[in-house]
Parts: sequence; structure tokens; C-alpha cells
Amino acid sequence: MSKTAEQILSDELLIPQPKEPLAHPMEGYLRTDRLPHIWCSTCGIGTVITAFIAGLQKSGLERDKVGVVSGIGCSGRAAGYLQLDSFHSTHGRAIAFATGVALGNPDMKVAVISGDGDIAAIGGNHFIHAARRNMNLAIICINNFNYAMTGGQAGPTTPESANASTAPYGAYEYPFNLPFLAESSGAVYVARWTSLHVRRVTNAIAEALVKPGFSFIEVIAPCPTLYARRNRLGSGLDLMRFYHDNAVIDHNADTRDIDIEYQKKIVVGKFVDKEKPTFLENKDAVLSAKLGDKYIPYKGA
Amino acid sequence: MKADPIGVATGNHYIDGDHACAEGAIAGGCRFLAGYPITPSTEVAERMAERFPFVGGQFIQMEDELASMAAVAGAAWTGVKAMTVTSGPGFSLMMENLGLATMMEVPCVLVNVQRGGPSTGLPTLTGQGDMMQARWGSHGDYELISLCPNSPQECFDLTITAFNLAETYRVPVLFMMDECVGHMTEKVVIPEADEIEIIPRKFYQGKKEDYRPYQFKGDGSVGPMIKAGEGYNIHVTGLTHDERGYPVINAEAQDKNVRHLVDKILLNEEKIRIIEEDQVEDADVVVISYGITSRVALKAVQDARAKGLKVGTMRLITVWPFPEKRIHELRDKVKAFVVPEINLGQIVLEVERCVSGKAKTILVPHAGGWVHDPNDILNAIEEGAK
Repeated sequence: MSKTAEQILSDELLIPQPKEPLAHPMEGYLRTDRLPHIWCSTCGIGTVITAFIAGLQKSGLERDKVGVVSGIGCSGRAAGYLQLDSFHSTHGRAIAFATGVALGNPDMKVAVISGDGDIAAIGGNHFIHAARRNMNLAIICINNFNYAMTGGQAGPTTPESANASTAPYGAYEYPFNLPFLAESSGAVYVARWTSLHVRRVTNAIAEALVKPGFSFIEVIAPCPTLYARRNRLGSGLDLMRFYHDNAVIDHNADTRDIDIEYQKKIVVGKFVDKEKPTFLENKDAVLSAKLGDKYIPYKGA
Repeated sequence: MKADPIGVATGNHYIDGDHACAEGAIAGGCRFLAGYPITPSTEVAERMAERFPFVGGQFIQMEDELASMAAVAGAAWTGVKAMTVTSGPGFSLMMENLGLATMMEVPCVLVNVQRGGPSTGLPTLTGQGDMMQARWGSHGDYELISLCPNSPQECFDLTITAFNLAETYRVPVLFMMDECVGHMTEKVVIPEADEIEIIPRKFYQGKKEDYRPYQFKGDGSVGPMIKAGEGYNIHVTGLTHDERGYPVINAEAQDKNVRHLVDKILLNEEKIRIIEEDQVEDADVVVISYGITSRVALKAVQDARAKGLKVGTMRLITVWPFPEKRIHELRDKVKAFVVPEINLGQIVLEVERCVSGKAKTILVPHAGGWVHDPNDILNAIEEGAK
């Protein structure tokens, strides 16, 4: 049985304590035979993976019924370390692939963990259309403001004036405001946190996993090796301090107003949490009304 | 096993190739379609959208062809028989995730109703210019299976075959129709369900912790699959991988992985091969054709035989893998191979390669938009018989 949002938020334990000592605190949820992982020291992605596992545990969902799909990039490697049905798809197509899994087995809850370039640039069309359909997916977009796997190029979220290897004199494109994009495309749950907000991210992931329909969580995360180094922002730890000093929690913020400017305040919070029938609920309703008893709903293979 | 009667529209129909393909898919067990409208293939998706609610199928119109093929690959991992359908530029867009489906070894069917190209080309008129794209379209080395029907009846029959081959070899099968066959209306006989042989997916039966998504035995065999959501906790990737599905980025793993993708098709070429031959054994000239062109060539062959020429025909129903060994058997016996196709020379290259100069190879090209004048093929036969 999945838990209600109230139960998730009232659960104080971040990670349930195991009865027996484990080789790794998240043994059983991580592919320990694939460790060590590829991520750099003080990169924020690992924190999000920890929060994902903790959020999955808090959600009360049956683990076998949860799948994860990633695209390509540093965050795209997330699926490879999670001991779930996990799919490492092509660049930008994680949400499209996940749509196939979610429709192929409607009993599953499918999460997508991928980066800002994967989800908002090459995969931007799939992102807005899955949101429009209210497809039953939980999207966790780890935003480190650049293409890190390929060496720190500018992307659709790089703040104006920030330095990137393909913007060596400073970026001059307008970046996406992802929560606004998600909300205006139809998402029923929209939040933004930073990788400093571990408990918030964990709770958001748990909420997104149990929420029927299209949920979107943006997690701002440090890229110490490329984005921070090129911009002389220090280590990942320095960026965590920056988040501590500059992240402003405002659950009531209008998503139109929460653009991220270079090294300015970051508005975080749970901005949208509403109810709306999902793609499959709408399909069943329309076809049942039109076809009556002749309609045979798809039940999985 | 036999087909599920719920999906079999038994009876005599008067329908076009696109509609027949949709009926073949449903009869063949397909219950998932993700697609995007494009002429001249849209009727396949339209008929599936209309029929699926009555047979328990899942239909979704995606935002583009990239997404359609990706969704098919994802759905196939849940155990469902899945397909997509497209034409022209849509086929190009599907190449990316066709590669993913190939690397992940998911059974699925991609229907391409060919039209004239390149680019937007001739949206409403026929072509056979995607035959090399079917072979080499996605990057990297791999082998797939491609089928070419030449009538609405075959669009029905061979779509079932396509799904069966996809399951047998855990591979995407390309169903390479052309606009003429897709939009040609003829009688299509759909048999009783118990007369239709279906190859079901082979699912793993052992202990969950022992499951491996892949088997690279080197003998052309493929391992069983599982259904996502049943606790196997598989990992699969488009990266080069080992039998566990885990990424391994080195030359040895690449050799093992890619050779497996190639071997499972090429080592089974004779089992996969479907060709139709007529009077080839004592022929001076053999006309090799596929799709709609095989029906145009028939007129030229009849005219040539009336003139006393010894002409045989070989119709490629499976174009890929190419029947290399069969061409080797014939190349010393005949004077010439004549290859008419609605492109400026694609499959003829493969014929030339297999003939290796031991007979003449004569291309009868057509840039697309219409079928050949049979006299052009007849002239080539006469030249070959000299």
C-alpha cells in the first residue's frame, strides 16, 4: 500500500534503520556490484540517488512495481546503480521510453532520473508532451547548469553570464525556468529543491512516486569539476554553502517568477500539488462511455 | 501456439495493404502501438486505434517518431508485443531508437510504408529507396530482419511472420512495404484463429537472482526475457554490455556484444530466409525483385518467356538478411541477374557483391513516384540473355 502525503511528511526517519548490519546502508537498493560509481567527489547526483532510495522506502510502494529510466549524461547513469528494473535509454528519450514502460505495465510506477540537458534540451518535446498527457511518471531532473559528461558545455539551463566550454565568454541565451515549463505543460506536482535539502528532496520523491500522474522535481546540484571550476565557484561544498545562504523556500511562489539568475537567490519549494485524471484514467473514461461493455481495457502482457 | 481469436477478423475482406497490415498485427498478437501520423502509413495506426479498444490493446499517438520508437522499446520490456509504423522522414527519425531496441534485443516490429525520398520527397507516391537504410540506417554494426510484402494479403500474412521472427530472434523486424502495396486494395482472406501459428515470447522460468538479460553463447541463440514489474530488477542499456546488462566499455566486451547481434541473424539466415523462386534451375537470366516491383517484373518475365527466353524469377520476401548463399548457388549457372527496383541502385549492390563478377548484373533503376514500365525490364532481360 502506498502512503498518503501526510504519512510521508510525518515520517521522521530519513532511512529506516536495518535490523541486521549491512555492507552498505542502502544494500538491496543499490547495485553494489557496480560500485564505485562514476560521479566526481562532491557532485550532487549521489545525494539525489540517496534521497530517491529513501523516498522510495518512505513511499510504501512495492519495490518490484517501481521502475527507473534514465537518459544519457552524468545523471543518466542513475538507472545503472539502482537495484530496480532500470533502463538506461538514449539521449533525451528517457521520458518517451518510460511512457512505453508505464503503458506496457500500468501497475508500475516509473520514475525518470536524468539531467537538465537530457530532459530540457534534447528531450524537451517529450517532457512537455508527457506533462500535457498527465502520463503517470515521476520526473527527477538533476540540474547542474551544464553538460558535465561531455566536458562542461552550456545548456538550456545555464544561467546568463555563466561560463561554459561552449560559452567561453559567458552564456547569453535565456535559460529555461523548469518548474514554470512543467506547470504550464500540465504537471500535477511541481517542486524545486537543491541537493542541500535532503529531507525535502526525499519527501518530494516519495510524494511524486505515490501521486498518480505527471510529477516533476527539479533538484539543483553542484558540478564541482566543470561548472563550478570554470566559474571559480569552489568545490561542491562551497556550492552547498551557497545554496544554504541563497535558497529561499516559498511554496506559494508563482512559477512564472522563479527564474534562476547567475549566483543569485534560488526560489525553492513545492509549487504545484493538484489532482487531475491521468492519461489512462481519461482513456478508460472516454472509451467506456463510448463503447460500453465492448471496451476491453489493456491489462498488461 | 494459435492466435487469440479475439484479435482475428476471420473472413473475406476487400481492404488495402495498410489495413491488412494492421489486421495482421492484431492477429499476430500485437497489443501495443506507439506511432505518429505520416503519409502513406497513417491508415495502419488509424485502424489500430479503432480496433485496439475491442481487443485489449494499448494505443498511443506520440509527439514524434523518436518518441514512438523509444516507447515501443520500453513497452516491449513489459512483455507486450509492440510495434510502430511510419514512412519517409519518420523512418529516419526512428533510426536512433531502432539502434536502442537492437542493442537491448527487444522483439518489436517497425512498419515502413516506403515513399519517394530523400527528405519530404514524394509523400503520396511510391518508392523503394529505404532498403539500404533498413540495413545500415542506425549507427554501428548490427543485423536486422526486413520483410517486403507485394500484396494486401501478404501484408496480413507477413505481419504475423514479422512478429514471430521478432520473438524468435529477439530483434526488431522491419516490415518494408511501399506506397503501392500499402494503398492497393485487393481481396484479403483472414483465416480462423486456430489456423494462425503464433510464436509467443519466451519468458525465463528459473530463480530470479540467476536471471541474465542476455546470453552471448556465440551460436546464434538468444536467451529468454522477463516482464518489467515482476521483481527481476534487470538493468539494460544502450551501452556496450555484458550478459548481466551492465555497461562494459572496452574492446573485448564490444566484440562479444556486437558479434552476438550479428551472429544471431547471420548464423540463422537459412532459417529466416523466405524467397519465392520460379524456373531458376535452367534459367539464363534470373530477375531478382521485391515488393511491388516483383509484380511489375512478372509482366516482363511473361513477355520474355513468350519470346523463348529462359527467364527465372527470385522474389525476396526477406531482403535482410540477404540470401547470399542462394545467390552463390546460382551465379555459376546463369548468364545474368536483372534487378529492377524503385531506387537508383541499392539491392543491386548486394547482388553484385554476391555474384562476384561470375555473371552479369543489370540494374533497372527507377527514381520513384511510379512503378517501372515492364518493357524496361524486358529490355534488360534480353540484354542479359545475349
